[in-house]
Amino acid sequence: MGPQQLLEKFNARIEQDIRIEPKDWMPDDYRKTLIRQISQHAHSEIVGMLPEANWITRAPSLKRKAILLAKVQDEAGHGLYLYCAAETLNISRETMIEQLLSGQAKYSSIFNYPTISWADMGAIGWLVDGAAIMNQVPLCRASYGPYARGMVRICKEESFHQRQGYEILLTLCRGSKEQKAMAQDALNRWWWPSLMMFGPNDDQSPHTAQSMKWKIKRFSNDELRQKFVDICKQQADILGITIPDPDLKWNDERGHYDFGEINWGEFWNVVNGNGPCNKERLAAKIKAHEDGAWVREAALVFAAKQKKKNSDKEVKLETV
Amino acid sequence: MDSKPTNIDKSYLADYTLHLADSSLIMGHRLSEWTGHGPMIEQDIAISNIALDLIGQARNFYQYAAEIINLENTEKKITEDDLAYLRDTFEFKNFLITELPNGDWAQTIGKIFFFSTWQFYFYQKLIYSSDKQLSAIADKSLKEVTYHVKWSSDWVMRLGDGTDESRKRLVTAIEYLWPYTGEMFVPAEFESNNEDQVNVDVSSIKKDWHDKVSCVSAEATLALPTNTWMQSGGKKGIHTEHLGYILAEMQYLQRTYPGLEW
Repeated sequence: MGPQQLLEKFNARIEQDIRIEPKDWMPDDYRKTLIRQISQHAHSEIVGMLPEANWITRAPSLKRKAILLAKVQDEAGHGLYLYCAAETLNISRETMIEQLLSGQAKYSSIFNYPTISWADMGAIGWLVDGAAIMNQVPLCRASYGPYARGMVRICKEESFHQRQGYEILLTLCRGSKEQKAMAQDALNRWWWPSLMMFGPNDDQSPHTAQSMKWKIKRFSNDELRQKFVDICKQQADILGITIPDPDLKWNDERGHYDFGEINWGEFWNVVNGNGPCNKERLAAKIKAHEDGAWVREAALVFAAKQKKKNSDKEVKLETV
Repeated sequence: MDSKPTNIDKSYLADYTLHLADSSLIMGHRLSEWTGHGPMIEQDIAISNIALDLIGQARNFYQYAAEIINLENTEKKITEDDLAYLRDTFEFKNFLITELPNGDWAQTIGKIFFFSTWQFYFYQKLIYSSDKQLSAIADKSLKEVTYHVKWSSDWVMRLGDGTDESRKRLVTAIEYLWPYTGEMFVPAEFESNNEDQVNVDVSSIKKDWHDKVSCVSAEATLALPTNTWMQSGGKKGIHTEHLGYILAEMQYLQRTYPGLEW
């Protein structure tokens, strides 16, 4: 089959919603887009462990400690499936990790914000995981098979994470004055960065149109952001805390909430490395990677020795 | 037999249960410090999983300890969290080895290997406790601990028979940890009386523990330390300097905002 025919066949499959699988022919740009998106997502899961792991040792009850630990562990699992999904596109995990540690690859900027109080565990679950779900549920129908299937599993766990986050805030908001203040403070700090998680406005988003054509993406950044705002407003009302946006009000005509302008200056600053924790997050991952180098090497050397022992044994058995 | 303790010394039983709870909690708490910082994702997941198992075991023991204490405590009922978050260092009865810092991967592996091997033989006996609740917790925990022993033994072998560096690090770790293994086999006052067959005679599992540890070490081409001086005090509430910092961190919210729901 010639390149034109391959491309036509590929486009026809996308058109008919037939999944693209690892061994199928695909355009280079489709592959590159997927590698970029899936590896960024994997890195986000792995770096995203850090702000929450920051509170495991200070969780205020045994139940919360166990839930938080399980949640952070789930994120490691998500990172693992996503690296595996990306590997089906012919890139190794080592290469992806190198790209993360060298700063060449990006991860979700939200994880460059600090977790200062326990209420941040609630806000991350409710808002950050909530925004992630909003972005990720449509990805369960993404055109690339391994990615879509990975996302089905991830989304199930994420919705549990979101509920536990909201429940942390609900408990705080029904508690003492100090606890409610803690919840409000967390909302103040996490609200705008959460809205930024949907990415630039549609007219500023370079990859959106092509990704939608390829059915990797199903909704635009602004559509998803609007949906998120509409849901969160009602949830904040139930908590009895206030979203820090004086322009947030119901628009009858649109059937949606209007909301204020996002500080895109801050967004790009954090993307470009100037967020409050960019350096700490990367330094923590580099340290773990470097401290672990001798461990990984020992495991490889041991495995090679075992393999040799086993093959020597086989040779002996054959000669007997 | 009813699971409620009726015919035995309740304060001994409470202390015994708290000792088991404290060791599991402090060990699990320490291991959870690795979460997000492991040498590879698979091992980050594995060690977090072990931490989670241990915290789960601790919760079972604390809930039972609270039940025992509440039998005599009519005013305010205490909970698992009161026991974990509102006792001070001298009231904690965990083994010293559990509170030692994680150090490098070799030191952590050594800690898990020594402690989980102890738990493995210990729970096998606790299953036969006349106290049905302790027996049930032991039964459930044994399944988890069997995996912890296998996982940590595999790592002892990898590090011992891996590279020169891994071997050197593991030898250093074992030398550091070894003096903290002795107290695991010396009964404390609360476990010295075994007429009711509630608790395990810990001196009786010393040989099994030593045989297993020697066997895995031999596979890993390592010799065990020959020094026999052993530290002790954990079960009596006399701890290393490390425990205070663990509790300061762990109990911070409960201490800063007393009496709230979280």
